[in-house]
Amino acid sequence: MADQRSMTIKGNMATAMGAKLCRPKVVPAYPITPSTLFPEKMSEFIADGELDAEMINVESEHSAMSACIGASATGVRTCTASASQGVALMHEMLFVASGMRLPIVMAVGNRALSAPINIWCDHQDTISSRDSGWLQFYAETNQEGLDLMINAFRIGEDNDVLLPAMVGIDAFVLTHTIEGVEVPAQEDVDDFLPPYEPPHGRLDPDEPSTFGSFGTPEYYQEFKQAQVEAMEGSREVIDRVFDEFEERFGRRYNKVTTYKCDDADIIILTMGSMTGTAREAVNRMREEGKKVGLAKLTVFRPFPYPELEEIMSGAKGLAVVDRNISPGGFGAVYSDLAGASINIEKKPLIKNFVTGLGGREIFVKNFVEIYEKTLAAVEAGEVKKPLEWINMNQEVMR
Amino acid sequence: MTGEDKELFASGHRACAGCGEGTAVRQILKAAGPNTIATVCTGCLEVVSTGYPETAWEIPLIHAAFENSASVASGVEVALKQLGKKDDVKVVAFGGDGGTFDIGFQALSGMLERGHDITYVCLDNEAYMNTGIQRCSSTPYGASTTTSPAGKYSIGEQRPKKPIGAICASHDIPYTATATIAYMSDLKKKAKKAIETKGPSFLHVFVPCPTGWRHASNDTIEISRLAVETGIFVLWEAEDGDICNLNVTVKPKKRKPVEEYLKTQRRFGHLSEEDVKKIQADVDEKCEKYGF
Repeated sequence: MADQRSMTIKGNMATAMGAKLCRPKVVPAYPITPSTLFPEKMSEFIADGELDAEMINVESEHSAMSACIGASATGVRTCTASASQGVALMHEMLFVASGMRLPIVMAVGNRALSAPINIWCDHQDTISSRDSGWLQFYAETNQEGLDLMINAFRIGEDNDVLLPAMVGIDAFVLTHTIEGVEVPAQEDVDDFLPPYEPPHGRLDPDEPSTFGSFGTPEYYQEFKQAQVEAMEGSREVIDRVFDEFEERFGRRYNKVTTYKCDDADIIILTMGSMTGTAREAVNRMREEGKKVGLAKLTVFRPFPYPELEEIMSGAKGLAVVDRNISPGGFGAVYSDLAGASINIEKKPLIKNFVTGLGGREIFVKNFVEIYEKTLAAVEAGEVKKPLEWINMNQEVMR
Repeated sequence: MTGEDKELFASGHRACAGCGEGTAVRQILKAAGPNTIATVCTGCLEVVSTGYPETAWEIPLIHAAFENSASVASGVEVALKQLGKKDDVKVVAFGGDGGTFDIGFQALSGMLERGHDITYVCLDNEAYMNTGIQRCSSTPYGASTTTSPAGKYSIGEQRPKKPIGAICASHDIPYTATATIAYMSDLKKKAKKAIETKGPSFLHVFVPCPTGWRHASNDTIEISRLAVETGIFVLWEAEDGDICNLNVTVKPKKRKPVEEYLKTQRRFGHLSEEDVKKIQADVDEKCEKYGF
């Protein structure tokens, strides 16, 4: 197993260290809470000669993603970081990046969207970019943040994929929280991630090509289908790269990781840092003899429905906990799961719980309540209320 | 073939007959030569020249969106530096007037301020032509457009044209110039100078649009010339942002009355004698500032 250095660092530092180990050449970025430490650290790495790259201190997130697109199309590895309003501002360019099949990587400090303005954690920013054609990874810990950055470059740059990727780390809960992290050695990452060579050509006067053409109705749909095929193709690549990562670095990643699910009647499905609390809740409930399990979603795009189908097959109730909401609809994970499972014959009752918006704490007791509500639906044999809000401030609501 | 001989903006593109933009781009690319990467913002130029699976561009081109030709070019330029190719390869960013004066203004200002070695070319036809002749901050006083229509209670566009050249020069960039296609050697000289200048340069190119200005397609060059001869559009260059000491490169010996320019275009067809007098007075005042 590769030598690794133990460090105790913030989540933003972890994603910055992960990015640095991947040797990006151009880093266009714009400061935004809670991701600002990422561009600060990248600037320091460059200033201190630890990273041979150039920052572009752009005047907006829109220009950050635009410059990433220009740099990536010119044939260099490029990355950035953002959050919340910043991700929303660059929304237009996210589609351009994936449409041009540019494997840009972005670390996102997952933060709520205005209004009211709020700097704390939820997943609305990246969830609202769900359809932009980016791979999406969500970290539970700082270690995962660092490792997923390295995996994101490797997966996105795979010739069968060529898609940009986001790595989400929860605002403050991870971005500003100090945790122990094992940092791989540079030469091992170099071995794992070869230098970026765009197989589809680059902006090069020796071989001129036009990027971002005008696609008429005769051609547009085929471009989109090719993008979807790449996303579908990434499923296998993700598994392969996660396997190889484990072999080299000793840490296992899965699209969905299960915990005590084998004999579980009720499974709680989580994403991001809330998973740690949910695991503790499962442990306590198991001590009381409750047959509850936990499934953690690390990959949200591509949505891992084959894996989830397998996990769901034995359960009676599934509680999907969403840290985002589509007003008039449901949380995004629930919607995707419901859509993917519609034709499955044997599936559990599925309930959606929305909580943790705008930095609202999620406690162990909240997961117990989620379990109980799901169990009640199973016992009643029907889901009367598919969407429930958890941990509301009763005083405010009065 | 040398850069001068080789056509880098190929024929067969879909620009309207008499389009000033196509002529300008062809000549600017000749000045730039084949070792150039271009960016272009959404607009007529991208639509007429990049219809998949064809392209009119014999040099590498990237079109990303409307407002960010300057920031995409910034990424290209820094990537070239990292690849060790910056000394050999030039970067030229194209934008229409909408993509430059309005929606792309912030990205342009950022690019100029950061000091990228990029030539930004604004192809100004004084309205949103690609979407159907809507007013822009580049539209001159009195022009009738689809969103500033002349009518019983309206003269058409009510605001003067935004002085984009002076604004860009005020970023203290090494080179700023204005040009138009009737004065081809002036345009090419300035394009060459802009491209050879280290650091950011801004080239404001005035390009008549028969469709939007409603003039005959064979009058494009003549109207471009009249704009200069009447003092409507002044050809100048400024170094290091010194707009107090700018150099007017084409000074008409005797300025023609603005009416000769205005009457060639139906966008001004509704103007009264009094309106024309006001425009003449404005142009006189402006030209006095330029010293002719």
